[in-house]
Amino acid sequence: MSDKPTRPLPNLKEGDTATFWQATAEHEFRFQQCERCGTVVWHPRRHCTGCVDGALIWRESAGNGAIYSFSVVRQSYHPFFRNQVPYVVALVDLDEGPRFLTNVIGIDDPAAVHIGQRVTLAWEDHEDVSIPLVRPLSD
Amino acid sequence: MVSQPRDAAIVGIHEYPSRNVDGEFSALQIKAECAARALADAGLSWSDVDAIYDASEGAPMSGLTISEYFGIQPRLIDTTAVGGSSYEFHAAHARDAIRAGKARVALLTYGSTAHSNALAIGVGGRGFGGVTPAENMESFAGQTLVSNYAMAARRHMHEYGTTSEQLAEISVATRYHAMRNPEAVEAMEELEFIDIRETTIDDVVNSRMIADPLHLLECCMISDGGGAVVIASAEVAQNCKKPPVWIIGAGHAVKYPVIGGDLTSSAAVDSGPGAFAEAGISPAEIDVAMIYDSFSITVLTILEDLGFCAKGEGGAWVEGGRLRFDQSGGPALNTDGGGLSSNHPGMRGIFLLIEAARQLRGESTAQVGAAKLALAHGNGGMLGSRHSAGTVILAGD
Repeated sequence: MSDKPTRPLPNLKEGDTATFWQATAEHEFRFQQCERCGTVVWHPRRHCTGCVDGALIWRESAGNGAIYSFSVVRQSYHPFFRNQVPYVVALVDLDEGPRFLTNVIGIDDPAAVHIGQRVTLAWEDHEDVSIPLVRPLSD
Repeated sequence: MVSQPRDAAIVGIHEYPSRNVDGEFSALQIKAECAARALADAGLSWSDVDAIYDASEGAPMSGLTISEYFGIQPRLIDTTAVGGSSYEFHAAHARDAIRAGKARVALLTYGSTAHSNALAIGVGGRGFGGVTPAENMESFAGQTLVSNYAMAARRHMHEYGTTSEQLAEISVATRYHAMRNPEAVEAMEELEFIDIRETTIDDVVNSRMIADPLHLLECCMISDGGGAVVIASAEVAQNCKKPPVWIIGAGHAVKYPVIGGDLTSSAAVDSGPGAFAEAGISPAEIDVAMIYDSFSITVLTILEDLGFCAKGEGGAWVEGGRLRFDQSGGPALNTDGGGLSSNHPGMRGIFLLIEAARQLRGESTAQVGAAKLALAHGNGGMLGSRHSAGTVILAGD
């Protein structure tokens, strides 16, 4: 046991999102799509938001996308993140559609991060779960 | 001028004067004190209240708890809780109930000891935890409250060329008003602001960066506080002590992340048009705009969304100080000093109604000479992700 503060990890028992988080252990980023109406559903949930007799299936993202917006956090009171500043929080649009909140890692200078920048998944492994961070795609 | 139906009016207001109770009073005590004084302001008493509105910030099962605590027997109980805009929803619901004959005197209260509790809002904000499915997808990323709004600001800058100097205009105008409000000055003293004075654009953009691109002076304070508003029927209003402030238009909306969603606009896009249509007026006719200033970008976005200027043109539009109470060309913005410089205990919506009512009574410390029409727009939740919007349009007697 370490006393070191850790990143907040998801609740793996939360019903709507458990399947997503279980798959992360295999480095799979899953999202849902309705077989009947084609709606891509994000975040994960049990029902289709596009139709009332939907049938959701799980699909896997190839893991590439672009930064929709971001912020460099300079101040945090969280026991873990206070020691990470400055760090980059970003909304990433995966090529398959889902827009998710994450951190951009693998950068020397936060000032180099920009909207539209291409990024790819960079998994951070924990005991039962992996966290989908992103790093810039090299051109 | 307009001739909207005038069925219900704000007849009593009170804003709790202290922003730091030092743990001495509870949220419920603050609510009760504000309620009593707002009723006294109207010339009414507890027994006149037949409708209670509560956003559940003071106690669980709030419609029941607060009725017992106040010692009232309402026949209408509404506990709509959508964050800081809850009070704009309450005001509209109260107006509708009074219009339908279901109530005569409605009481809205708010109390918070966010400062004493060191609650994580304003620059201290942190969006961690996570119980809903949506939050369970986000909590790992360490998004602070400020960075949530900062992402909206960053995207606005990217799409429209908005600058930090333009966003700073919001902070400067608000502080300009705060310095004329003794309670706001005292609030900043109580909360140990340094160098309390009117600010410049340079002051704002040179203040410490909290989450790029938002600086310290673009972030609301974290105070204790509370307030109360009494809304009554036209018949009751006739005999109240203060002139009525009529509720002439209202609209509500929510917005949440969707695939391909637009972070440069808010739910105000959907709450505004209905409110203006009901009131039969246009944004250009508004004398005083009380817009929830959690952060500078919140106001800029909402000014555009409500149609004070076109989408993307807010940055240029706010330049030159047109939002000050003593300048023309735009509504006077947050004339009490706003959440940025007067009062933000977490859910500021009730103060928007209170200061709008002061203006239309001629009681503001930054009084707009012939103020006839005011707008109160609450934004609850977070601008950069999921939030609610309540627009209320008010008219003097």
